[in-house]
Amino acid sequence: MSSREKILSAIRSSQPAFRELPALPTGQPAAPQELAERFSKVLEAIGGAVYFVPGFDAVAKILKELHPGAKRIVSDCPELAALAERPSGEEDPHSFEDIDVTVLRAQFGVAENGACWITEERMIERAVPFICQHLALVIDKKDIVPSMHEAYDRIAGEVYGFGTFIAGPSKTADIEQSLVLGAHGPRSMVAFVLDMDAQDAGFY
Amino acid sequence: MHEKTKDHAALADQFNKDEPRVDWHDETLWWVRQKRDKAAHQVPDWEVLRNTASGIKDNVLSNLGAYLEKFEEQARNNGVTVHWAADATEHNQIIHSLLQRHGVDKMVKSKSMLTEECHLNEYLKEQGIEVIDTDLGERVVQLAGEPPSHIVLPCIHKKKEEIGEIFHEHLGTPAGNADPQFLTHAARLHLREKFLTRRVALTGVNFAIAQTGEFVVCTNEGNADMGAHLADVHIACMGIEKIIPERKHLGVFLRLLTRSATGQPITTYSSHFRKPRAGQEMHIVIVDNGRSIQLGRKDFRNSLKCIRCAACMNTCPVYRRSGGHSYHTAVAGPIGSILAPNLDMKKYADLPFASTLCGSCSNVCPVKIDIHEQLYKWRQVIVQEGNAPVAKTAAMQAMDFVLSHPSVYRTAGKTGRWFLHNAPFTVNNGLNAWYKQRDMPAAPQKSFGEWYKKNRKG
Repeated sequence: MSSREKILSAIRSSQPAFRELPALPTGQPAAPQELAERFSKVLEAIGGAVYFVPGFDAVAKILKELHPGAKRIVSDCPELAALAERPSGEEDPHSFEDIDVTVLRAQFGVAENGACWITEERMIERAVPFICQHLALVIDKKDIVPSMHEAYDRIAGEVYGFGTFIAGPSKTADIEQSLVLGAHGPRSMVAFVLDMDAQDAGFY
Repeated sequence: MHEKTKDHAALADQFNKDEPRVDWHDETLWWVRQKRDKAAHQVPDWEVLRNTASGIKDNVLSNLGAYLEKFEEQARNNGVTVHWAADATEHNQIIHSLLQRHGVDKMVKSKSMLTEECHLNEYLKEQGIEVIDTDLGERVVQLAGEPPSHIVLPCIHKKKEEIGEIFHEHLGTPAGNADPQFLTHAARLHLREKFLTRRVALTGVNFAIAQTGEFVVCTNEGNADMGAHLADVHIACMGIEKIIPERKHLGVFLRLLTRSATGQPITTYSSHFRKPRAGQEMHIVIVDNGRSIQLGRKDFRNSLKCIRCAACMNTCPVYRRSGGHSYHTAVAGPIGSILAPNLDMKKYADLPFASTLCGSCSNVCPVKIDIHEQLYKWRQVIVQEGNAPVAKTAAMQAMDFVLSHPSVYRTAGKTGRWFLHNAPFTVNNGLNAWYKQRDMPAAPQKSFGEWYKKNRKG
């Protein structure tokens, strides 16, 4: 008998009587402005930064200010063509090792934990959001959900090869519980929240 | 197979020799526990989440065979190769054969307690294969030649000065530099070179989804992703109990996991691997290694609900003051003490006794495992099967005799009080385990029975 059969038959003879799945809780719905504020507060608390901007011109301007010495900036956003190179994604992932700044369009944000969901077709190549020194993700203000329950409602039927929630910069507290940003991945992470009213609201 | 039973108490004794360090260890973990409380209290439906998570796991355990088959089928459809390993040896051999097939003698590995349980690193070392642990804490203990002492915070027992010395010796950092920021940056540069040059990456699995065949790996450092996305071959190892039915159930578990572990709202990266990237090979190794036996033990099967958050360790008064290494098993603390006896009851007979049964572990467990009750039940099984330590068995038999003979009981009480009053050195000495780190209480003049007789009679 193969190990597969051995394991499955041992499980079948050991598993208890069938138990139904419980119903899942839901998050509390809230207005987009409130969700955006919550998202921003949580992401900042875990080491990220948040900018509310009216469009990509502001994104480019802020990124230039944040990373004046950046040599290699990549992005899949056509709006940032003047600022960033746009690789095809066919390259060897190792060739992305010298990226200073990556700018990607994430699908949505989650207010309760400051995470952004992004799948591989939006990340140029799987290694790109992890190997760069600094990461910027762009989301629409209307695309912020209250909790992980709504997040999974949104992606329940989505087909992807790879997708990830990213919440802040890469970090570690393994040495005496001292928080250090920039473990192996990006040393900083900013979220740009596209908001038509941003300028009027005076966020920057 | 059975090694000589190592004793938690003896190993804890070693740890307890350095009292300031014990205090520091205790306070550090309690601080993590407090962060967990703060995070949990910010979620209004926290208890609903715990109940739901426990209920989902009940369903998983009751239908595990079907879920595993579904997962395998879906993973294969996704282009992933699925392997089954009945035990640690088979698991290690599968990994080795994959490395051999690719002619590779070096690989990077992100955190996987399963590979610790299987002693994969030692096995591969014997085969001439170099494994680099890429989680910072795991790299620290690997360089120090030690196992992790905590499943989430592998080098929580090490002071930064010690880590500075280890890095000085192995990575060439300046002697005496113990700044966490500096040391982390040194590790970043050291490990980036490994990520860029290794062709095989091994990761653990936090959750595997039967519905879609995908698996989720959670890290703060990004080391699992750096390894997997840069390697030609990604091997992911999982115990059979990592299965959850559908993707939407992740919403429950990801809300609980890091809040329970470190008080974070979520890990920096929660990566969902479904298909290998173009040109990459992806393998999943599904491991039993005693889990199907535990599944059949009615009193202990709930231990398989564990999502490895370590909340039970951070809160445990015994773990905090005895250190992870005193448990001499891959998963330390209360949960480890109910998992380990299933693997080898004789070798781990001491662990269910390394507890005060205070129940704090069960109260913080995000999937509501009745940990302290299982510890108590394991004690009974271990004693019944004759695996209790000789001294404990003798003490229990003496106690049984004394308590079932009233006149002996009265004499014993009198004698004890006489010695405490007149010859305290006979009990206040190193032979009395109770006296360690404690003073014996002052003995009353008479027993309650004598007092009652005098004051209430007639």
